[in-house]
Order: sequence, then structure tokens, then C-alpha cells
Amino acid sequence: MNKIYKHVIADIIRNRIVLFYTLILLLASLSVFSLEDTSSKGLLSMLNIILMIVPLVCLIFSTIYMYNSTEFIELLLSQPLQRNAIWWSLFIGLMTSLGLAFFVGAGIVILIFEPSFLGLMLVICGLLLTFIFTAIALLAAVLTKDKAKGIGLSIILWLFYAIIFDGIVLFMLFQWADYPIEKFMIFISMLNPIDLARILILMQMDVSALMGYTGAIFKDFFGTTGGIAISFTTLILWVMIPFMCSLRYFKKKDL
Amino acid sequence: MIITEHISKRFGNQQVLRDIHITCRPGACIALIGPNGSGKTTLIKSILQMVIPDSGKVIFQGEDITGQWAYRAKIGFMPQMTRYPENMCIGEVISMMIDIRKDQKNLDEELIEQYHLKEIYHKRMGTLSGGMRQKVGACLAFLFQPDILILDEPTAGLDPLSSEILKQKILKEKARGKSTIISSHVLSELDEMITEVIYMQDGQVLFQKTLEDLKQETQEVKLSKMISKIIA
Repeated sequence: MNKIYKHVIADIIRNRIVLFYTLILLLASLSVFSLEDTSSKGLLSMLNIILMIVPLVCLIFSTIYMYNSTEFIELLLSQPLQRNAIWWSLFIGLMTSLGLAFFVGAGIVILIFEPSFLGLMLVICGLLLTFIFTAIALLAAVLTKDKAKGIGLSIILWLFYAIIFDGIVLFMLFQWADYPIEKFMIFISMLNPIDLARILILMQMDVSALMGYTGAIFKDFFGTTGGIAISFTTLILWVMIPFMCSLRYFKKKDL
Repeated sequence: MIITEHISKRFGNQQVLRDIHITCRPGACIALIGPNGSGKTTLIKSILQMVIPDSGKVIFQGEDITGQWAYRAKIGFMPQMTRYPENMCIGEVISMMIDIRKDQKNLDEELIEQYHLKEIYHKRMGTLSGGMRQKVGACLAFLFQPDILILDEPTAGLDPLSSEILKQKILKEKARGKSTIISSHVLSELDEMITEVIYMQDGQVLFQKTLEDLKQETQEVKLSKMISKIIA
């Protein structure tokens, strides 16, 4: 198995888009941290960049990469290799190279300017988001045979998680403002990895005071070690569940 | 030795394979023929498990292949209209395959030499013509000394000289006792190679007969004449 993923990584690293992505992240993170006078302000800007750009690039790039690998997968399938091993190798290859791009482009800069628990958490969240949206891209690519449909599906998924989901949450908050739904909101936020990552970081930044009563409830949960552990477990589940679904589907797929 | 038992496959509302039952004995050279869309490629792909049949099973050297993968080491497959990762060059594709199959020490590079592939190792797969890609596919199929060769329209797109080289190679491997399954539409070039014929139509096997039987039945020498006599 390690033989294949070596070839996948070599192939992706040669791809100019990943290099470009690394440079854009590097440029953004360097300029954000040098423009803002305090590093916590820079961190907040970085958070917004990570929550928008990372999922989008990972989703679109991975989906397109999977479609472009159709021939590669066909070639490997005629060899004595397990389907499991082929799919895992592609996933690990994508995770490694996109994760590396994020770490070089943003991770190192964040850790230099903000060498604290908060900075570390932001880097870990960024890496987890990379893995999550790579897994979701694999699922989108395996479910649809048509390339245009597959890419469309991943754009819709990104729109949903990055924008529409928040709209639904806001709508619910206003509709049921008279009811005690704060605890329920914690559960709802688990359903969106982007929101979960955002809340996790914000709770570490002492801005929760601005969020009123909901902020206090969130702080009680996401501020504790147990809450952080549960959130990270949820994020890891967000990597595993879409990937396992795609793997199950790939094993039965006709090529 | 390959036996397929009652293989059926459906793509959407189209029944591509209906209860296919064929046998490939060791040393046999089988021509898989039939009109376009008769299910030849799907049958070949289900032997390789690239297509998973809805029902039935494939027995390879006495073992059911369902969920297996190691058996593919013994098969050399040359796909129809070969497609390869476009941004890799020929040399990279071949060295990658050798890297994946590290356990296989005994490489057969005869075709690579005869096609002078080493001189164009630096060319990218995406820039190659269809015939050139077929040559790479042929080289890969023979490279690991497989027991069984499965060639899906091997000569389509090859120039006459190259397809003659391939034919001689198939004959050579046949003389060594290897089994071969060739799907082709060019019946005239199959004459001297094959020992058996499987004719498929509408996802069904119309007949599987040895060349000798066909000759006696039809009193013809040419395969194309035999087939047209039988079908008519």
C-alpha cells in the first residue's frame, strides 16, 4: 500500500495548484500577522481565512484530482492490489500533501506569531478541516460518475457548510428565541465541522462574553477539557465517517 | 484456468451479461468475438473484478475470486482503448508498475525492446497517440510473465508492423503453454493463433467451440467464413 501512496504524493506535489495554494496561504498569513498590531487580532483574521479557504480548496481540488485519477485507478485495479489499499492510498496521499501545504503555508506562521495553546489549536483545527473536506470530496467523487456533477456537488456542499448552515442556525435561533435551546445548539454545531472549529477557537479567545447567554452556555461546554475532547472526537468522526462511506461504495463500484 | 459460472450483470435497466458460462482451459487460446455491445469487455472486466457481477462467480485456478486480489498477479491484462495517467511519462508508468510488483523479479522486456519504447521513455502519456498507448499497454501486459493473458482488442489502432510483432509475441507465449483470451473484431488475424472460439451476442454466449469442431461443422478454412456460416 505504501508504494502507491508514494506515487500519489509525488504526483500531487508536482501539481502546480498545490504549490500555488501553499503560496497564497503563506502570503495571507504573513500579511495578516504583520498588518495587525496584536497577534490575537491576526489570529481572528486567520481563523476566518482558514474556515473559508481551506474547506473550499480541499473540496474542489480533491474532487477534481479523484476524477483525473480514473485512469490511474483503472490501471491499478488490473494489478494484484486490494481495492481497500488503492482507496486508502489516494486518501492518505491527498491528506498528506494538502495537510503539508496548509502546515507550510499557514501552520508555521501561526506557530511563530502565536506560540500558545490557542495557536496550536488553530493549526490542529485547520489540519482537521483539511482532512474532513478531503474525505467529503472523496465521497462526492465516488457517488457521481459524471465529473461536472461531482464538482457541482462539492461546491454545493461547501456552500452548505460555509454559508447556508449558519443561515439555518440563525433562523432557528430567532424563531425559538423564547425557548431554552442553548444546549440543543451545542448539538447542532456538532453537525457542521466548520462551525465546530469556529466555536472551539472563539471560546479560547475570550470573546465569548460578546455572545450573551448562548456564549456563556457554550463556554461552559467548549471551554472545558471534556468539551474540547468531545469536539475533537467529533471532528475526527467527521473525517472517518465520510471516508468509510466512500470506501464501502468504492469496493462495489464498477469501473 | 478460468471458469465463469452463471455470471449476470445489469447496468441500470440494461442487462449486459445473462447467465454467462465459459471455460478457459490451460494452454487454450480463446477468441472472444461478437458484435459491439455484446458484453465482451464487461465479461473480461468481471474476470478482473473491475466490474462486480450481480450474480454468479468466477473460478480462477480452482478458487472463487470473490473478494480476492492476489490472483491478478497471474493475469496480464491489456485494456481496450488504454488510458493512462496523463501527466506521467512512459518511463514513469513502467517503473511505477515494476515498483508496485517488486516481488516479481523475472521481467519480460522483449516487447519494450521490439517497440523501441526506451527511446521515448520521456514522452508524457497525454501526448501519445492511441497506437502508442496500445503499445505501452501491450508491454505492461507481458512484462510480469503472467500465466494468463487477457487482451481486449489488442491490435486496434496498431500499425501493421506493430500488430505483427504483437501477434508473434502471442504465438510465442502460446507455445510456452500460456492461456490467452483475445477479444477482437479483426477475425483474419485470429486464424493462426486461436484454438477456441466464444461467440457472444446480447450478453449471452451463443457458443463455445474449438476451432477443429468449427472446421468440421462448416468445412471452411477461414474463421470469418466459419462464423458467418454458423450465424447465418
